[in-house]
Order: sequence, then C-alpha cells, then structure tokens
Amino acid sequence: MNAAATMAAAAQIRKLTISAMAAAGYGHIGGSMSICDVLAVLYTDILNVDPKDSKKPDRDWMVLSKGHCGPALYAALAYRGFIDAEELKTLNANGTNLPSHCDRLKTNGIDFSTGSLGQGLSLAAGAAMGNRLQGIESTVYAIVGDGELQEGQNWEAIQFIAHRQLDNLVLIVDDNKRQLDGYTRDICKPFSLKDKFRSFGFTVFEAGGHDVRQIYDALVKAKNTGSAEAVILSTEKGHGCSFAEIEGFNHYMVITDEMAEAATAEIDARLKKSYECID
Amino acid sequence: MIDSPRLDDREMRAAYCDALIAVAARNPKIVAVDADVQYSMGTKRFYETYPERGVNCGIMEAHAVGMCAGMSATGLVPFFHAFGTFATRRAFDQVFLSCAYQKLNVKIIGGDAGVTATANGGSHMPFEDIGIMRTIPGITIIEPADAMMYQTAVRHMADTYGVFYMRSCRRKVMRIYSDNAEFTIGKSNLLSGGGDIAIIACGIMIYEALLARQMLAKQGIAATVIDMHTIKPIDRDAVVDAARRCKAVVTAENHNAIGGLGSAVAEVLSEHSPVPMERVAVFESFGEVGTQEYLQQRFHLTASDIAGKAIKCIRRKYT
Repeated sequence: MNAAATMAAAAQIRKLTISAMAAAGYGHIGGSMSICDVLAVLYTDILNVDPKDSKKPDRDWMVLSKGHCGPALYAALAYRGFIDAEELKTLNANGTNLPSHCDRLKTNGIDFSTGSLGQGLSLAAGAAMGNRLQGIESTVYAIVGDGELQEGQNWEAIQFIAHRQLDNLVLIVDDNKRQLDGYTRDICKPFSLKDKFRSFGFTVFEAGGHDVRQIYDALVKAKNTGSAEAVILSTEKGHGCSFAEIEGFNHYMVITDEMAEAATAEIDARLKKSYECID
Repeated sequence: MIDSPRLDDREMRAAYCDALIAVAARNPKIVAVDADVQYSMGTKRFYETYPERGVNCGIMEAHAVGMCAGMSATGLVPFFHAFGTFATRRAFDQVFLSCAYQKLNVKIIGGDAGVTATANGGSHMPFEDIGIMRTIPGITIIEPADAMMYQTAVRHMADTYGVFYMRSCRRKVMRIYSDNAEFTIGKSNLLSGGGDIAIIACGIMIYEALLARQMLAKQGIAATVIDMHTIKPIDRDAVVDAARRCKAVVTAENHNAIGGLGSAVAEVLSEHSPVPMERVAVFESFGEVGTQEYLQQRFHLTASDIAGKAIKCIRRKYT
C-alpha cells in the first residue's frame, strides 16, 4: 500500500461525507467519521470491486451493518467511481438514490440494505456461505458498530460464522466506544470484545482504527486463516471532523455550510501535517 | 378435486421433502436452510440427498432468515423451514428488512399451522402468522389444502422470484385434489358453485367447508366453496364474483380472525362489493394443547361452525 495515498483517500472521504451532510443540513456524523479510515483502506487497497460492474459474481462484498453511516460509504463509493461525487449532495433529498441508511436497490455499489441494527452480519454470513457453496473465491467484509453488538442477532451470526469457519468473511468492529445515547460502558458495557470473539473461536486482530497502515496490516492478515476472523478497530466517534470531535453528543448533528467549511480546512491542514510526519 | 375426500396416506412433511428434492434436482441453486427442526419439518432426507446443499443453522431463526437473504443475493434459492410461530413472530424484522425490503429471493415454510400444532400448545400454535406476514409489501402467502397442492406450491415457489411464506402442517391431512391437479398462485380454485352462500376457506378448513356444504345441501342451501390457497395477493375477482352471485360470504380459516383470510376477504368486499359476511376463525384467543379434533371444537373451527355462520349470514341477506 501507499500510506500517503490512502491517507489522502481517507481525507477525501471525510470531506465528501461532511459536505453531503451539510447539503442535507444534518447527519450521523460521529459514526460516519469513525469508519472513514477503514473505508479508505478497503476501497483503495483491499477490495476486488469494479465500479462499472458492481455486481460481478467474484467481487469482494462490502456490508455496512451500521447502516446509518451510509453517507461515509457513499463518499467512499464516489471516491472509487461507483457514483458521481456531485450526487452526494442529494443525500436524503426527496426521491434521492442516497438515503441515510444503505439501500442496495438505490445505490450502485451497495451490496445490502441495512439500518435495522444487528442484521448485516447475518446477510454477510449468507453471502459468504453462498459464495463458498458455489465455489466463488471472494471475501465478504462486514463493518459492525460496537454499540450495534448489543443486538442479539449478531451473536447468533457470530456463533454460526465460527462454527462454519467462514474465513471468507472478515468481521470489522468499529469500536468507537459510543452509541446514540452515550458511552457503551455506561449504557450496557460490552466487556472484552476480544475475549468474546476468541471464546467463540474467532481469530482476532486489533488495530488503531485511524492508522491506515495498522488497518491494512490487520485486514491482510485476516484472510483465509482457516477460522472465523474479526478485526477490532479502536476508533473515536467523530474522528477527523473538528466540530464533531468537540461535541459531547455527536451521533447525529445539525451541520451548516460554515461548519463544513471549517472542518474541511482542518482536514486539509491535518493531512498536510501528517505528510510532513511521513517525510 | 377427488370425488370424496379421504385421509391421505402420506404425511405433509414427506410430500414436501419429495417436492423439494425434485425441484433441487433440476435447479442446482436450491438450498435448504433449517433452524433445528429437520425432523419436525421433514427435511432430513433433503440433507441426505444433497449434503452440500443443506444448512442447519441451529436454533437461531433471526440469523437463519438473514443468512437466507444473504445467500439469495449470491444467486442461490434458499428454502427456510421453521415452525410458523418462529418463522414469523420471531424473525419478522429479518423477513421484512433482510428479505422483502431488499427484494431478495427467499422461501419461508412455516410449519404446524394453527391447531395442527396440537401437543406443542400455545407457545407453538401460530394463529397470527398470516396476519403478521400480510403487512409485508410484495410477499406472497400460500396455505395449501393438501399434499398435492403443497407439492405444486413448492414447484411454483422454486420457479418464481421473490419472498414467499407458505404455512403448512406436518402430519396427514384430508386429500382434496387428484394426482395431476394444477393451480396458479393468486388464482383461487372454485370447488363447488352454489348460489345461496359463498364459503371461502384455506388449508385444513377446505375439508370442513366441503362437509359444511353437504350439511347445508340437506337443508336445501346451495353453497359455493372456494379454495383461497393464496391469501396474498388475494384473488379479488373471485371474491367479488362470489359476492355478486351469492350475496353472502363466510370465510373459514385456522387462524386468528384479525389479519388473515377473513380480513383479506373483508377488505375486498368492503371496497368492491359489500354483502353480509361472517368469519369462522379464532377470536381473541391464544392456542393451547389438545388433539386437533378437540382444538377445532374448542376454537369453533368445524364444519358445523361454518354451516351455522352460513345460515346466519343468509338470514342477514333478508333483514
């Protein structure tokens, strides 16, 4: 991978997400920001996908189970050429193809509709089973929120994935420690996600969720291990978006053009600084 | 239809599995998915015939339905089996969002319809499954009257893209149709054409409706009997035609009076051809243990109940 290029992609995905939300006037900013770096790594360095043939049978699959963060995925799809970047500004507009929660029937490059939390992992497991039964070599990536893991269906899916040793599926946890109403530790604490996955028979990889090299290394290792695989990304809700970082409640925010402009300038400044660090 | 209905010599679940194995032989995309009820639902032989094409998930209906949706997105055609209660009540959001909302291709078989759950009792006795599922846009809902129709329905479901819910039962039921009977999804079967009262029924209540027809004939009342095997989309034309001919309609279903066949027929009648109507169904009750015969009497799901409601309904025509 070219870390600088992937970091630039992450910055671009952040900026596109923020500007789309500003056009709508609001958005699920916190959880969208926390997955921008992993989306950049996936769409730059990992996924076998073709914007011109988004349903090709041997593609890698991408399931955003935390469907309310669709805008970040749309930004990644625009970055990768699946949709026109201009279209991002129609986010949640009447009749749009870009609803707040992912819809596979509306948006090129979306593999599954999500939004009812806890269902994406079962869909991902089904795609992985389907590919395996048909001898199709591909990998299914599923991004699940740490708060979302409170939904019991996830643990049905996790037990199933482990039992079937679906190593053509990579479970990615966006561990941003927060959910809509506050910190997961206060609302219903998760205990050790790592220990839980391990006890189910998963091979677990951990990475800093805003370090593209760490993310890349973990995703490369988490393939074809012969067991179920989870990558836990330690992230920060709102990361990289200056106005969201300082807001206590950043799950969903009203976003003005002025806020978006300031956040965009800050993203550019931080990217420049991080390039200097690489040099 | 055969001349005189009699108890079939094979169980519904055996007939189902034969049909599933047959469609799987000609369509390699068909897979079976279960939630630890292979024996109850009769699918064990499918797994023996096609060991690579059966996925028993364990006791996790919500995941199993979502998993079926995921499989279907890769081109497979999953048939999922669970008791009617758990395929619908427990996994409703998964059927709704993971399957129907994204227009995927999943076939759901809900077993032990209504009183046929017998000894499993109230926790396992689906009186509400059709009502729940009928709210899902685009879903097709079928309740076959006998094993012949069950098998034909499996073929139709395998060949028709979309989300289906088929409600059935596991044991032997009265045989209504002849060996080569055909039927079309969404098109009801007219079993008899009397002009005094129309009885619209489905599932095990078809046999009761035919018995009721005989009881009514002894009193000089000629009944139309319609097998409304497809509850959604309902055969609107047949309902309207029956109402216009008979001027009175009785529905009969092994299901709650809210949301099922009676509700669906009432919706059509009230909008297109209002006539007196009565419903034979389960009113405001949970299930309980008992033999099927006992439970049919307990919940007023017998031929006598149908005949009684028919006479009441005919009287309403003239008041």
